[in-house]
Amino acid sequence: MVKKADFEAPVLGDYTEVPAVTPGAMQHSQPYVAKPAHNEALGYPGELVDNWQEVAVNKLGELVKGSRALRVYLDSCVKCGACTDKCHYFLGTGDPNNMPVARQDLLRSVYRRHYTVAGKYLPKLVGAKDLDEEMLDNWYKYFHQCSQCRRCSVYCPYGIDTAEVSMAAREIMDTIGKGQKYCNEIIGKVHKLGNNLGLPEPALADTLEGLEEDVEEEINVAVKFPLDVKGAEVLLVTPSADFFAEPHIDGLIGYAKVFHQAGISWTLSSHASEAANFGLFIGSVDNMQKVAMRIREAALELGVKRIVFGECGHAWRVGYSFLNTLAGPFDFLDSNYPVPQHIVEVTHDLIEQGRLKMDASANDDKRVTFHDSCNVARASRMGAKSGGQFSLPRDVIKASCNHFFDMPADTIGEATFCCGGGGGLLTDDLVELRVKGAKPRMQALKDVHEQHRITHMAAICAICKSQFSKVLPYYGFEMDQIISVHQLVGDALVFNSDS
Amino acid sequence: MIISVILYLAALVFVIGVGRKIYQYASTPAPLKIPTTPAPTTRGGVVLRMAREVVLFDSLFKASKPTWIFSWLFHAGLLVALLCHLRYFTDPVWGWVNLIAPLSKYAGIAMVVGLTGLLLRRIFVDRVKTISAPSDYLMLMLIIGIAATGLLMRFGWHTDIIAVKQFALGLRSLQFESLPGGILVVLHLLLVAVLILIFPFSKLLHAPGLFFSPSRNQVDNPRERRHVTRLVKDHGQKS
Repeated sequence: MVKKADFEAPVLGDYTEVPAVTPGAMQHSQPYVAKPAHNEALGYPGELVDNWQEVAVNKLGELVKGSRALRVYLDSCVKCGACTDKCHYFLGTGDPNNMPVARQDLLRSVYRRHYTVAGKYLPKLVGAKDLDEEMLDNWYKYFHQCSQCRRCSVYCPYGIDTAEVSMAAREIMDTIGKGQKYCNEIIGKVHKLGNNLGLPEPALADTLEGLEEDVEEEINVAVKFPLDVKGAEVLLVTPSADFFAEPHIDGLIGYAKVFHQAGISWTLSSHASEAANFGLFIGSVDNMQKVAMRIREAALELGVKRIVFGECGHAWRVGYSFLNTLAGPFDFLDSNYPVPQHIVEVTHDLIEQGRLKMDASANDDKRVTFHDSCNVARASRMGAKSGGQFSLPRDVIKASCNHFFDMPADTIGEATFCCGGGGGLLTDDLVELRVKGAKPRMQALKDVHEQHRITHMAAICAICKSQFSKVLPYYGFEMDQIISVHQLVGDALVFNSDS
Repeated sequence: MIISVILYLAALVFVIGVGRKIYQYASTPAPLKIPTTPAPTTRGGVVLRMAREVVLFDSLFKASKPTWIFSWLFHAGLLVALLCHLRYFTDPVWGWVNLIAPLSKYAGIAMVVGLTGLLLRRIFVDRVKTISAPSDYLMLMLIIGIAATGLLMRFGWHTDIIAVKQFALGLRSLQFESLPGGILVVLHLLLVAVLILIFPFSKLLHAPGLFFSPSRNQVDNPRERRHVTRLVKDHGQKS
């Protein structure tokens, strides 16, 4: 169904040009539709229901009633165009439906038709449209070309966040039985087995044991990777990619080394062996809450005092912004620490307290830049001060290596570009979209590569890491130029046995 | 007489319509914390963020300098023009209204310049053209019409200001004074009536909407203070 590699990767120029509007440029791109079993496991109808128009319109009304954000966003857009050149998918494809306002309008036009006076009586005048098959088709295609990165919301004069609109649209589609395979299959696995990979407890225990052996062999220090240890101080919740994938696993090794050197007892949980929460991507608060509750249950069962999240972008959004709401209150944990904490916050604190012995020259073979992950940058914080999500990771990287350079200012911090694979789009059936959507980030990387001879880009998100491993080669880079922040940390830590 | 009735009707629709919308926005729950970060960590910080957004159009400034300058010119001009119009409704005219009165013609010009810039952008920038519905052009032309008729009365065909003031004061005290002749003043007032009439049904709702936008008005403190609304089920009571 999906043809592979029959597209041309964009060619990078001297700077990112805003492309001319090219209608239909990505009209052919859509992810696999979920099978009935995937939908039903999440409480949705297996296949498109007969009266889908009616169900969808009713669901839209229900969502608008339940979300101030959605209501205000659907009413307030003045079509000023501020967002039109901000989305990485538009910059990479030129498809007008990838302009945030046009993407929102796919839903807004139906809202106007059914829920506003002007749209009911003068649809043509105000651009109101019926929800017909063509519209549903466009919903499915273009709401799966949004990575919910919130870059548009930074520039909108009313803060309209297309992520909220695309989440609502996906929830409506789930409700009528038109779910996306990648997300729904994964959420089903989390509900059933505790993680996105569908990795059962014995396999996880095996993997961690192997890791312990590997690390001990390499540095001659018995760094532990504990699983389900009752009474540990810290419960570490990390994306399951950290157990397997490159370069994620080097990040996990880094966290373990940090805990080891600081003398903090910690444990992973087989019940909550996944930080990711794809319930966010499909806009389902119920699924998101169910997935989040595993973390509370694991913390209670293991009797830990703190919850720490590993490197994962949207997981940190759910952890930082929503966990307290969805699964709190966490008054049974140590109130001296925020709940939850990010591993970068933990490492940063330890560095400030002088509790880590680091030699940055261990990374002298690398010249490093940092990719701000979209959900961390625009939907969360680290540390006590606003903007800590930008300064803390950079502090940690600078303590770990001697050669750090930022990418251009309009591509980092709150203006950061999504990697191109976030929001439930990290699937092979969307590879063309992912490659093209990575263009603005690749352009920025090329800039620092040429200016500062950058060799590596560090990231704090499992999706970013997987996505860049895949798309870097399309732009003439090597797949291993993407690394985990805690790989740098782990390699810079000095253990006594080294001397 | 007829114009008085039209104006009263439009004002009534405006008040009820916008009031209903504001009630809707205020009473709809915001189940999750979604401020666009970095965001202020205190209420005071949020007030400052909103103030910058309302007065300076902070986000738009980041997004596009041409759009920012045109829309800021228009909105600033509109504000000054509205304030200057208080001279028709106050008797004796308030001191500060007299003070800013000389600015009114510049305000009108700023409005026309800003709106024309926005209209040209809508016509000539391919991205903005793509997202424009007929109502988007008409809205700009309507307000250009209001500003232009106002300016024409100022610079070209003068209107009997005293009589207009009689009419306005009459409106204020629910007395239907007859409007002095002149097609311009009638046109000006009719266009204004149309504008306030469509306000609650159109994108003009961006004005109240901004104040209720969770991505802008929420405090970034989800770890410090548990955010709970009725829409997120409390897990303790989960069946």
